[in-house]
Amino acid sequence: MIQETFKDKLVNFSFVFPAFLIFSIFYIYPFFYIFILSFQEYDLISSPVFVGLQNFREVLFSGTPWWDSMWWNSVRNGVFITFCALTFQNFLAFALALAVDRVVRLNRFYRVVFFLLPVLSEVIIGLLMKQLLAGEPIGRGVLNQIFNNIGLSGFTHNWLGTNSVLFVTALVHCWKGFGWAFIIFLAGLQSIPEQLYEAARIDGASAYQSFSKITIPLLMPVLTLIIVLTMLGTMQTFAMIFALTGGAGGLTEVPVMLIFNHIKSNQAGLACAEGVVLGIMLVFVSFLMFFVSKKIREKYGVLSN
Amino acid sequence: MKFLKLKSLVLLALFVASIPLVFMSLSGCTSKKSKQDKIIIWHWMTDRKDALDSLAEQYFTQTGVRVEFKLFFPPDVYASKVIAAGRAKNLPDIFGILGEKKTFASFIKAGHILNLTPYMTENLGAWQNRFYEPTLAVTTFKEKNNYSVPSGVYGVPVDTTMMQFVYNRDILTKAGLDPEAAPVTFEDFFSQAKKIKEILGIDAFVCGWGETWLLNALATEWAINLMGEEKFQRTINGEVAYTDQAWITVFSLFARLRDSGFLPTNIVTMTNKEAEDAFSKGKAAFSFNGSWSVNVYKQKNPDLNYSFFPIPKVSGIYPAKIWGGAGSSFMVNANTAYKDKAIAFLKWLTSKEQQQFLIRETNNFPSIKECEETLPPILKTLKPNLEVLTHPDVWDKNEDSRVLEVMNRGLQQILLGIKNPQDVAEEIQKVKERISKR
Repeated sequence: MIQETFKDKLVNFSFVFPAFLIFSIFYIYPFFYIFILSFQEYDLISSPVFVGLQNFREVLFSGTPWWDSMWWNSVRNGVFITFCALTFQNFLAFALALAVDRVVRLNRFYRVVFFLLPVLSEVIIGLLMKQLLAGEPIGRGVLNQIFNNIGLSGFTHNWLGTNSVLFVTALVHCWKGFGWAFIIFLAGLQSIPEQLYEAARIDGASAYQSFSKITIPLLMPVLTLIIVLTMLGTMQTFAMIFALTGGAGGLTEVPVMLIFNHIKSNQAGLACAEGVVLGIMLVFVSFLMFFVSKKIREKYGVLSN
Repeated sequence: MKFLKLKSLVLLALFVASIPLVFMSLSGCTSKKSKQDKIIIWHWMTDRKDALDSLAEQYFTQTGVRVEFKLFFPPDVYASKVIAAGRAKNLPDIFGILGEKKTFASFIKAGHILNLTPYMTENLGAWQNRFYEPTLAVTTFKEKNNYSVPSGVYGVPVDTTMMQFVYNRDILTKAGLDPEAAPVTFEDFFSQAKKIKEILGIDAFVCGWGETWLLNALATEWAINLMGEEKFQRTINGEVAYTDQAWITVFSLFARLRDSGFLPTNIVTMTNKEAEDAFSKGKAAFSFNGSWSVNVYKQKNPDLNYSFFPIPKVSGIYPAKIWGGAGSSFMVNANTAYKDKAIAFLKWLTSKEQQQFLIRETNNFPSIKECEETLPPILKTLKPNLEVLTHPDVWDKNEDSRVLEVMNRGLQQILLGIKNPQDVAEEIQKVKERISKR
């Protein structure tokens, strides 16, 4: 074994140094700076003033009872949209990926079509859907106009009204987001060796058995990845909802929107505290998900990586 | 091998050395500034871009001094850019500030804004006396103000804005109402709007209440009319609770509007642009908007037949006030090398000819007194408002932004029908008390 000299180490480190420098400036420094600011009152212009845990108290315990606050309301909205994304969005993506995996003809065409929506800007989607649901005629929208014109006036509804605005927002989010889950599912399905299915067929396994004993266990790492990415992505969603409803009096306000509003009103310390709390919540949920997935994979006898 | 290593190290050193250069050029710390031969002005006013560029050309022709207006849009992006530039000490010679007076004060305290008082007051106050008093008050800090800013004038207003009601005269006529008899009281407004909805089936009133500051402006106008400015200020000072009956009455006005059936169903997700669009297309009879809307309506529908009217009064005891003052103002960078040139330009910009040019081109109410004869008829009707203007930026103390956040959210929730005025009042008071304890 060749002994690595100090000079070699220095040379090696020097190659890493530029990347390390950029990473430090744009990732590590902002991360710690946000953490420091969360303990300060800061209007972005004057010098920050240390306020201890005041911002965290404001975020976590300002309601009476404590869960009746803007922050927890936004978290509840975020969790609801995430739940819809985890179930409806991912189920749709999985079903379509399964279908496209089986279809040989036009396979590429479907891939492109389903991946178009995630490529579009969130703001564009939000503004278009706003026109569709609540644009012309004022507050009633193009969709209701269409229903009226084709004699289905019974289906007209105040889509962005009090009772349905959160659900409709979640649906739009799922509609916009299913494409990327579809692509990952499809890649996962196509990575399963065909021989496994052939062997199962020879052994007399039914289609359901092949699906439950081969497809699902082997897709578990992909599923875990999609669940974690869905949770992280949806809990941090903002632009589409901002363009679609603007928060609708708190009915569709999500955590990042609240952070944005506080930054906009120059309450940077409070916004940073909210960012730190959201970050901790997401890291905790992600680790929990990886732990659960590991247990499931062990149960199914799939090798854990 | 050694040569290769040496070569790699040299390349690495060059790369590392280039990083600060990249940062310097990105942040504008190059020699560019020292060679600058023009006054740079940052602004956010898309509607005035051509007019301002044209004025810059005229100024160059007259004086030989180059002025460059740089537009940054949307306003949120502009506001962030100015704050970032302030932190980086990289502000232009002249710039505007968007936001509360607290933000304005922070810029002054950080040494970014020049106190213009000596220039305003020279020659027996020739420059200062040009302006309408309530307009200049927005950029003025009084003696012993709550912001701990040395007293003085810190900004130059280029227009005056006023928030009030507007109505479509043709729609009123169609509904059998007299277009000359604009509503005076809230009850007049309410009954006219209801009648319009019943007869014509259109939404009688639109407003961009998805943008909460518009809700806050109207609530403030009604609150001051109902309880008087003194009691209103005492609420901000914490001496009157938001659970006071007068405040609950103010919040109840929004509940009445909600129950009236003449508001569009999406009013709390509606932006001001959407409301302006709906009103200008004749899809609503009334709106609550600023005086800048004259230009917006003209661009969207030059044939729109409309008039302004003061807020429908909710009480005859106290005078009604109108939310307004300086619409857009320019500040001079305290650290610019072109201080005198910048001030000379702003004096020129706020002189009669240039303000008349801006009125013709942009239909905004001017900041100076001398150009009343140039005002188009619709803007002339706004002149009496100058006597009753008020704005958070001229008050001794402004409400905490967290209290305002809860109030604005609460008003939206009243309009959505998920909270009642009493609950909203209690919520606001709880936040007020929590913040007062600090």
